[in-house]
Amino acid sequence: MTIAAALEIALAMLVLGMAAWTIAARETFAAVVGFVAYGLLLALVWVRLDAVDVALTEAAIGGLSGILLVGAAARLRASETPAVAESPDGMLRVGAAVLATIVAAALAAGVLALPDPAPALAPAVAANIAATGLGNPVTSVLMAFRAMDTLLEKVVLLLALVGVWSLAPDRVWGGRPGPRHQADPLGVLAFLARLLPPVGIVVGIYIFWVGADHPGGAFQGGTILAAMWLLVMTAGLTDAPPVRLRWLRLVLIAGPAVFLVVGLAGLWLGDGFLSYPVAYAKLLIVTIEVAMTLTIAVTLGLLLAGAPERSA
Amino acid sequence: MSFALDILTITAVSAGAFFFLAGTVGLLRFPDPLTRLHALTKADNLGLGLVVLGLLPQAGSLRGGLKLICVWLLVLLAGATISQLIARAAVASEASEASGQRGKAN
Repeated sequence: MTIAAALEIALAMLVLGMAAWTIAARETFAAVVGFVAYGLLLALVWVRLDAVDVALTEAAIGGLSGILLVGAAARLRASETPAVAESPDGMLRVGAAVLATIVAAALAAGVLALPDPAPALAPAVAANIAATGLGNPVTSVLMAFRAMDTLLEKVVLLLALVGVWSLAPDRVWGGRPGPRHQADPLGVLAFLARLLPPVGIVVGIYIFWVGADHPGGAFQGGTILAAMWLLVMTAGLTDAPPVRLRWLRLVLIAGPAVFLVVGLAGLWLGDGFLSYPVAYAKLLIVTIEVAMTLTIAVTLGLLLAGAPERSA
Repeated sequence: MSFALDILTITAVSAGAFFFLAGTVGLLRFPDPLTRLHALTKADNLGLGLVVLGLLPQAGSLRGGLKLICVWLLVLLAGATISQLIARAAVASEASEASGQRGKAN
């Protein structure tokens, strides 16, 4: 057995153990921490499978969803003790475990039963990637070959944000999301919120820019920018904007709107909806990605800031 | 020359792994949040620093080596900040617990 195989087995055992610990944890906060650690271990698994773009997304979204879940755990702390009394009994848990194991075994059997080499579209992508002007096949699939899916995903993100906003009570409709964070302006969190965002913004923009030829992309870069914005808001150095501001809403629809405009222009200039003329393919793709990064950053930041709780 | 660099890598990464182990043992065995944080800083600073030092000869280019050092510095920054925040929260909750018990005793 090679060292690489031994490491992979150890990693798989770690992931399974972390998942089991997360399910068995008593406190909600402990389960959330276990879930974030599980996400980071999964990112390592993706790297071992040579899917570095997915690993970047897993690490970034794992961090953001950790913030979301910690906020939810904090809100649920009051109802934690009565909720424990109503948790499902042993038989139901065993049944759920058996069902989950059967599904996992069926998936594993399906993956192991694939012929070698497994049927894939990677050769087709490699043959046609020159038409997009990009070097990273994942980005070319996301932005050119399956651009429709990416466009619809951005619209879904927007709808999720509208759903979160609709939870606001009537009197604070359109107000500022979340509580006003007050951190000591000379304290440690404010220090971090002054030191880290410049680095984070550079890293985020770099990851978006380099996604054209290397692992990266608009979504990962936008997530890092959103995380920096959330850090500055949590430290109290800036306040969340009221959600009825016009410029905020324009930024939110900029991504899908630019995508849609370029897609419709493809009806005249190219071969159909969302087709790019080959000479301008990379320019159009980068334009769409710039708008999308901005939109993703603001959307994720507002999603995690929550529903409006204060009038402006 | 590359043999010496490989020896350096193995020694440094092993030493870093030892510090990670020591930090984890401290996390599990120490009685107090503050002492556990102290154990974790050994894993963060020394452990990761030695691992990065050991990986520098394998980085392949100056840019890769600089990125490794940047990763170490960012982890130092995050670790230091979080340790301070957790320690202050632990001290504050201890103080409120102690005053609560004194109030009950009275």
